[in-house]
Amino acid sequence: MDEVKTLRVSVWRGGAEGRFQQFDVPRRESQTVLDVVTHIQRHLDPTLAYRFACRVGMCGSCAMSVNGTPRWTCRTHVDKVAKGDALTIAPLANMPVVRDLVADMREFFDKWARAKGQFTPTRTRHDEFVAVDPKSAPRREADAGIECIGCGVCYAACDVVKWNRDYLGPAALNRAWTLVNDVRDGGQEARLAAVAGDAGCHSCHTMMSCTELCPKELSPTRSIAGLKRATFARAFEEGGE
Amino acid sequence: MSARGEARLWVAQRATAMMLAVFVLAHLVTIIYAVRNGLAGADILARTRGSVGVAVFYGLFVLASAIHGSIGLRTIAIEWLRMRSNPAGIFALVAGVLLVVTGLRAVVAVVAA
Repeated sequence: MDEVKTLRVSVWRGGAEGRFQQFDVPRRESQTVLDVVTHIQRHLDPTLAYRFACRVGMCGSCAMSVNGTPRWTCRTHVDKVAKGDALTIAPLANMPVVRDLVADMREFFDKWARAKGQFTPTRTRHDEFVAVDPKSAPRREADAGIECIGCGVCYAACDVVKWNRDYLGPAALNRAWTLVNDVRDGGQEARLAAVAGDAGCHSCHTMMSCTELCPKELSPTRSIAGLKRATFARAFEEGGE
Repeated sequence: MSARGEARLWVAQRATAMMLAVFVLAHLVTIIYAVRNGLAGADILARTRGSVGVAVFYGLFVLASAIHGSIGLRTIAIEWLRMRSNPAGIFALVAGVLLVVTGLRAVVAVVAA
């Protein structure tokens, strides 16, 4: 525990138009950024809007911009991110602001759907189970990306999302890649069409902010590179989109 | 542009990037060789004039640069200048044609006897 006894916290208030409001929050041991926000709402200003659910890094609800960097706030200790005694907390970037610290994640999740992030079954409940070898290459590729909690940290960190509003983003493309590696899935043609081009994997500049900041330590960059390989042959087939 | 067209542009840019890596390296080695051996402009021209090898090497170099550079400019136009796909494509095409014309003109200047 360092010497700081009180944190000076700037919190975004309002919608797209708004301002930062200052709060003084007591510094505690093992304090997370979510603890700080919760303290403000419970003790200083009950009108503060923010989003959280599980508090233990499972649900992906509580991501915010902390000192300019997107983080999952429930598992981000103040020790690691405070600059001296100062914390600046804002809603996630690259998404519209609903109010205060709540970002509108509709576009983020709509892009999962646009990237064909839904499983397309090829069998019914009357068929036998498909045996998927856990050691097979596709299953291992899917495993590498499957633990995404949909927190939006990668999407907020991505400069291509900022520059190109149609870009599907790291999380949606990572989801698509896990399904490309699902041998049971029957929707590959449509999926590979959806994730190609300027809205998809070919716009990624491999800056790796997503991979650097993903709280689950996934590598969307690796998944996107996989999609580039998977769509390579398709680029030269005749017909279709 | 269709997603497939954009995927083709991506492939073209990566393929020309690989070519450029070789071209640039050979070009730099040639420059260092020329400087180390004190070759003046006239000496260099004496070697390049009429050379099919130099014409092919730098001709391909120019084409690869024009393709690679114009696709990159298209992306910059879309991301930084906020142009839509079609105007950005026209902008890139004009830039590419300019690069080809000026580049090949330079190749002719050092190769033509």
